[in-house]
Amino acid sequence: MTRTSHRVWTTLLGACVVSGCDVAPPGTGVFLLLDTSGTYADELTRAETVINYLLGTLDPGDSFGVARIDGGSFSEKDILFRTTFDERPSVANDQKRQLMEAAAEFADTVQNASHTDITGGVLQAVEWLNEVEPGRKTILIFSDMEEDLPAGYVRDFPLELSGVDVYAVNVTKLRPDNVDPRVYLTRLDQWRTRVESGGGRWTVINDLERLAVELAL
Amino acid sequence: MPTWLMAFPESPVLSVLLLVVVLVIAMYGARSPAHRVIQSTAKAVTQACKLTADAIRGVQNRLTDRTREVLLSEGLQEAERQIEQEFTRIASSVERDLGAYPALHRILADQVQRVDEDYRKATDAPPALEGWKQTIQAAGELTKTLGSPTAAGKAVDALRVTVEKVHDEALDLYRENSRERHRLLAKMVPAWRSMDSTLTRVETAVTGIFERSRHLDDLMRGYRDIASKSDAAERALATSSLTQFVTSALVLVIALLGGFINFQLIALPMSEMVGATSRIGSMPTSDVAALVIILIEITMGLFLMESLRITRLFPVIGRLERRSRVRMAWATFAILFVLAGIEASLAYMRDMLAADRIALTQTLAGGVVQRPEFMWIPSIGQMVMGFILPFALTFVAIPLESFVHTGRIVLAQMTAGVLRFVAFTVLLVGFSAEHVGKAVKDIYDMVVFLPLKVEELIVDARARVRVDDAAADRTASRA
Repeated sequence: MTRTSHRVWTTLLGACVVSGCDVAPPGTGVFLLLDTSGTYADELTRAETVINYLLGTLDPGDSFGVARIDGGSFSEKDILFRTTFDERPSVANDQKRQLMEAAAEFADTVQNASHTDITGGVLQAVEWLNEVEPGRKTILIFSDMEEDLPAGYVRDFPLELSGVDVYAVNVTKLRPDNVDPRVYLTRLDQWRTRVESGGGRWTVINDLERLAVELAL
Repeated sequence: MPTWLMAFPESPVLSVLLLVVVLVIAMYGARSPAHRVIQSTAKAVTQACKLTADAIRGVQNRLTDRTREVLLSEGLQEAERQIEQEFTRIASSVERDLGAYPALHRILADQVQRVDEDYRKATDAPPALEGWKQTIQAAGELTKTLGSPTAAGKAVDALRVTVEKVHDEALDLYRENSRERHRLLAKMVPAWRSMDSTLTRVETAVTGIFERSRHLDDLMRGYRDIASKSDAAERALATSSLTQFVTSALVLVIALLGGFINFQLIALPMSEMVGATSRIGSMPTSDVAALVIILIEITMGLFLMESLRITRLFPVIGRLERRSRVRMAWATFAILFVLAGIEASLAYMRDMLAADRIALTQTLAGGVVQRPEFMWIPSIGQMVMGFILPFALTFVAIPLESFVHTGRIVLAQMTAGVLRFVAFTVLLVGFSAEHVGKAVKDIYDMVVFLPLKVEELIVDARARVRVDDAAADRTASRA
């Protein structure tokens, strides 16, 4: 083998090794939005179960964030916590314990919100997921999906959700939904259209026992 | 149906019928060239298949011959190695058992001399009791004859008394000597036993050498069979290779499982060291790191076996001087020991991480964290396993060597079998092509059977006319 061809092969091999050694982005990023409006506040104890399930399922290197949905959700003040778990399993476990305590404290001290800005929460979630760039982006909306914006808030614009899986979890039925189920179905349909037109995937999970199967983390 | 094919667009049936008639007439007209095409195609395929099968059989024969050469060569080398080992064993046995024979001979000679001396001392020389008895009897009779009061009688009587006294003393001396002889004979018994033991040792040593010589004869016989390249030797070697291949493959599978267990012990704690998110290709870096450690342990084991001349995979190591090999053995053992220690600590860390994860799961589930009472037992077990497994994996070099050497033979034999099967299949295809060609020709004739039948009738009619004309000519000429 000549010296030139030897150098070429060495360079190619080095490039292959280096490219293969790149640190890949964390596998999964999950952002959980918790509806704290009056109609939904009683469901927050179940949200704690969902948080604990996610903490037990996510791996080191994954990203997890939780924010509340209130009157103006597109704000950092509504974020309870957001973190990327450490690469080391032992440190990640400690982080999970701290987050579990923070979630328990939130569930004990949460106050009902007067309005519901789901779109703002989704935007906040998408912004963070795009910043972290995990391999898989997931937004869980723990809400009845009944948006109630304060006066003057603008949210009627398309959402950019390409590559994002949006799960509406525990979508409880309100009294008007019971009177006319079409209201409920129309509400969900509108959200589906909005998410899918933005490039995302939409799923409704009302049975929390099927959460593990649907998420497939 | 395309309209350009329909002669009568308003009547498709008629158009099809006309098409068929035209086709049949065209096929009848092209019958001979069509038959030639079919025949030549079939022949070409048959010939090609035959050539291909011959080529494959040629490759298979060359492979079989080469495999036979390799098999006999390796068998010869193995036989030489065994004979060399046997000679070495006999030499060491002779040196060990019979090397001290001169000293042994001296010991035997001393023992024989001592026994001989003791035996001479123990020689029995009884007094002539019969002579004394006759003398005493004669003296007694003489006393009776002469009478006791006479001087002669008194003298004889005094003589008799003296003789009796001497006779008693002689008997006492005899008894004393007998006691001494028995004592000496009793002293000889240990010497006899010692001689017997010494001679038994010599017999055992000589018998052992005889047995080794017989074994050596068997090995030489086998060596001559292999050197003569007989079919029986080849078959025996092939069977032996297959057996060794299967055995070593089985052991390697077990070693692989051991390696997998080893991997499971250290992969999780490796993620603590190198991180759980980085990847090399599609594999997590922690898994690759764990795999590398296991492979390094196997490699060190391989070098250790090579240094100890247990295996002979690397001739370079075999050619090293003894001192260099000893140093290499110690170095590889030291590295192996350190890696085993690292694995033991990683195994313990794994247990800690697993316990931490279980505790976290219990906490997240809302339960109370409980650590079972005897959890230290599996912890210790994992540590011991983490320490022992690397040493166990060092012995994988032995079945690996056997697998590599016999694998070539077995693979070649399997390849030869596959080639034989492929050649047979190709030949079968060629044979089928020939008959398929004949069948296609017959099918062609079936399609144009009507004009063929007409041709046959016309030819028969002409033949009959010719026969009738010939008969009429013969009748006319006779008339």
